[in-house]
Amino acid sequence: MEALNALFVTPFVEIFDAPWFFMEVLTGGLMAGVMYSLVALGFVLIFKASGVFNFAQGVMVLFAALNFVGLMDAGVPMILAGIITIAIMVAVAFAIERFVLRPLVNQEHIILFMATIGVAYFLEGVGEMIWGTDVRPLNVGIPDDVFFVGDAMIQQSDLFAAVVAGFLVVVLALFFHYTRTGRALRAVADDHQAALSIGIPLNHIWVIVWSVAGFVALVTGIMWGSKLGVQFSLSVIALKALPVLILGGFTSIPGAIVGGLIIGAGEKVAEVYWGGFFGGAIEEWFAYILALAFLFFRPQGLFGEKIIERV
Amino acid sequence: MIYREAGEFKTSYAADQGLLTIPMDRWFVIGLVLFAFIGMPLVGDEYWLGSIMIPVLILAIAAMGLNILTGYAGQLSLGTGAFMAAGAYMAYKVATNLSFLPVPVAILAGGGFSAMIGVLFGIPSLRIKGFYLAVATLAAQFFLLWLFTHVDWFVNYNLSGVPAIADYHLFVDWGPLVTGAQASVEARYLFVLVFAVFLALAARNMARCKIGRSWMAIRDMDIAAEIIGIRPLHTKLSAFAISSFYCGVAGALWAFCFINNVEPGAYEIERSFQILFMIIIGGLGSILGSFLGAAFIFLLPITLSQLPGWLGLDVPADVITHLEFMVMGVLIIFFLIVEPHGLARLWQIAKEKLRRWPFPY
Amino acid sequence: MKFGKLGLLAASAAMTVVSTAALAAEQYIPSLVYRTGPYASGGVPLADGYADYFHLINERDGGVNGVKFKVEECETGYKTDRGVECYDRTKENATIYNPWSTGITYALIDKVTADKIPFLSMGYGRTSAADGRVFEYIFNFPSTYWNQATAIVQYIANELGGTDQLKGKRIGYIYLDHPYGKEPIPTMDILAEKFGFTYDKYPVAPKSMTEQKSIWLQIRKTKPDYVIMWGWGAMNATAVKEATNIRFDMSKFIGNWWSAGEDTAIPSGDKAKGYRAATFHGVGKDAPVFGDLQQHIVDKGMASGDGSKIGLVLYNRGFANAAYVVEAVRKAQEKFGNRVMTGEEVRWGLENLDLTEERLAELGLTGLVPPTKVTCENHEGLSPAIKIQEWNGSGYEVITDWIPAMTQVTRPLIEQDAAAYAAEKGITPRSCN
Repeated sequence: MEALNALFVTPFVEIFDAPWFFMEVLTGGLMAGVMYSLVALGFVLIFKASGVFNFAQGVMVLFAALNFVGLMDAGVPMILAGIITIAIMVAVAFAIERFVLRPLVNQEHIILFMATIGVAYFLEGVGEMIWGTDVRPLNVGIPDDVFFVGDAMIQQSDLFAAVVAGFLVVVLALFFHYTRTGRALRAVADDHQAALSIGIPLNHIWVIVWSVAGFVALVTGIMWGSKLGVQFSLSVIALKALPVLILGGFTSIPGAIVGGLIIGAGEKVAEVYWGGFFGGAIEEWFAYILALAFLFFRPQGLFGEKIIERV
Repeated sequence: MIYREAGEFKTSYAADQGLLTIPMDRWFVIGLVLFAFIGMPLVGDEYWLGSIMIPVLILAIAAMGLNILTGYAGQLSLGTGAFMAAGAYMAYKVATNLSFLPVPVAILAGGGFSAMIGVLFGIPSLRIKGFYLAVATLAAQFFLLWLFTHVDWFVNYNLSGVPAIADYHLFVDWGPLVTGAQASVEARYLFVLVFAVFLALAARNMARCKIGRSWMAIRDMDIAAEIIGIRPLHTKLSAFAISSFYCGVAGALWAFCFINNVEPGAYEIERSFQILFMIIIGGLGSILGSFLGAAFIFLLPITLSQLPGWLGLDVPADVITHLEFMVMGVLIIFFLIVEPHGLARLWQIAKEKLRRWPFPY
Repeated sequence: MKFGKLGLLAASAAMTVVSTAALAAEQYIPSLVYRTGPYASGGVPLADGYADYFHLINERDGGVNGVKFKVEECETGYKTDRGVECYDRTKENATIYNPWSTGITYALIDKVTADKIPFLSMGYGRTSAADGRVFEYIFNFPSTYWNQATAIVQYIANELGGTDQLKGKRIGYIYLDHPYGKEPIPTMDILAEKFGFTYDKYPVAPKSMTEQKSIWLQIRKTKPDYVIMWGWGAMNATAVKEATNIRFDMSKFIGNWWSAGEDTAIPSGDKAKGYRAATFHGVGKDAPVFGDLQQHIVDKGMASGDGSKIGLVLYNRGFANAAYVVEAVRKAQEKFGNRVMTGEEVRWGLENLDLTEERLAELGLTGLVPPTKVTCENHEGLSPAIKIQEWNGSGYEVITDWIPAMTQVTRPLIEQDAAAYAAEKGITPRSCN
């Protein structure tokens, strides 16, 4: 009885007792979710266009951020550092296309997935070899103050991240819908062979999409890096993007955003109101269990394409 | 010329159904097992047996487990580490609380517990497929480890949370010590080897009888398999159960015979990935590949880290590790490009070559 | 089925020859380090400091009584199996081990005891190893987690004006949800009961330690009087950052000695001003020995790593650790003669170590290494104490004198846990009389 109480009554009483605090938890969770979404976005882009489940996205975030902060520490102005980093990420995309994807064309998904793990190892080694393993603080002038809505405290930096994420999604959406390249990308995503047959060069598309993912990784890296300092743990957040992906569906950009928000808000609310009952640190698995529960009802994720199987 | 399969005639059904029908194969494998049992303890020193062979064999058992699930039944799993942990914690519980049971039974009990957990987390596989399932198994990975570290019952309310494994004899009070630091490294090695050989034999036989064939049917196309009368529920869950059993035994052996305590850090997500690497590099759907992959993935970083020393170069430890990461990454990609079916396939090719040598056509 | 073995065997001969290359005339110091991986930001300064002190002794004094040290690093990446492999590879002629990792420590406790090699887990590892009767070869002076917890509570009490002031206070305890972080909980329970304060536990999930928003939101709501942190790796910096985000009073936020590195506060910079952390050794480059270090090592370009870590908190910790080892070897030589000491002899040296203020002054280590006296029974030293250091925006400053731990609270716990361990393992504790 007491357990049931703690599970089903007390948390809700607490929520109604201090609605401002609930607001704060919710916004905090949503903002954390935005960060997950940013990582998930990189995954989705690549999965859509090349069917590759890119495990290296997390390391790409780290790699981009390391280059960016390393250049800035070396005295390169911010804008230039950003441009150089983007150039590096494009070069990485070229290399991946040439040396990994092209030789592995037509292989099974799991093989490509493994190959991206290889890429992750390689990039991590290169990044740390060049820039070292120190934690590097990153300051790009993101406002870092708080303001209050009623009693609820909101971080400006979180809000900024949300704005950046929104902006990024709008830019990507415009890019996909109104540019020639973007349309080609969508064509490839819809049907590789049809796209090939009307003369879309698949290899170029892959380079472009990996470059765009590299760009998203850089933005993500800057957002996370200015929050936590640029460090190894940036590559680990990639794991948290996985439940976001299965929740939203591997192929949907809105799915990545909505999935991120649901996961972020869900796990924060769960940890604050139900964590005590379970002994804390349920954030470790909550996102995965939540995603698993969703999958029971929609095996392809919220916005994923319906899986049709034929014999 | 060297390797021949021609000229062998079977005269009975039993011979036709033998595990290794070609005498050369048979003698080679028997010789290898004999060498592992007799030669290796004689020539190997403590370093080779204790910190190379034991972990490689244990990881090979776990890799066989994952290979049954992923290689044979086609269900991608990233929760191997957690199933290993389940085995380790339960084996510890059985060994300490039911101390009249000999330690091999405790380890098998750990495997059994792990199998039950595996079935539980295998249920989603009936509805979820591919990478979606892989991420779902991550739920098992994180949830189970959290559970074992949060429920003090699993560690006998130990204050430090990392219970040490006592020195156990093979059969309660009888026989040589097989676990703990006091046990001789040869005893521990042979103990692990017996598990590895029997489990490999069992896996090999399972793979070629009805249950293995139904796994492969499900892997190749589950709807088609269902139509020809294979029950997906039964098949998938049996794959999860047996796979987890192997992983559980491996986890228990890791704790009992290698690191001498039950430490959650040994079963984290990195372990799951490591074992996945092993079966991909070794060869999906191959028992031999599990062993080759385990040896390769475990030894590669160690070899790389020692290479400059052998060559007499003085390279700082961190640079070596960074290089190790890069080489590891490149090698994984290289292997996937050159031989996506893994080391086991290379072994096959080598046999083909030997058959034709010295007159290739 | 296991043809991989053939290849292994071929390589094995070469491997064994090279791995035991330590010359007989040198005291062989295997150093298990992690210069890479998620904890590298802590592992690099620790490893640098450890190696530099031995090199300093070699260069400045020509070793200890003519016996030079040979440091050989083995990279573990903080992984237990790699640690065990490193140990087995280097254990021949090894003087002492200190892997800077809880997991590796637990894995090696039995092994070093069987191999008769001493093990100094300085301020980490298994707390109950402080009972030298059960853990013959394991040392964890100058202090342990449990004593540290009591000393931090003592510090809070001092700040409030006496332990009676603790009554009714509320403390938040943030910890890595891992055996390491959970270690002080039994001690905290006892202290809470004894002094009448309450404390809330906030575990941080190890795989998402950069996600602490929910914890700090709860702290914002419950408004604890003090927050104590038991963190490591990326968790530390995140916690400090989140604390500054919710405008928590940093002077009420106290980290343990593994949350005391510069990397904890640097990402928050000036905002983290006032953040406190425990330490058991000095900070900065003020100790006289650093002059020698500059002259004999840095100027000759022999510094480990890039030399940029000198004087950092964790660097000094590695440095202090090496100083203890050197003094233990010196002590052992007094008894056994001026030659290379075996593991057993070094163990005797450690057990009879008595570093007084005078001796530390001679060594130029005043203020850097705490005076310590170890006995057969007590492997954590007779006077476990901490200092509190404060972040000033760019570095740490020590703000207190030694704060003694409440050993009368922790000692029974240590003995109880050691006895449980002994019972589980079937060890008969030796007599120390």
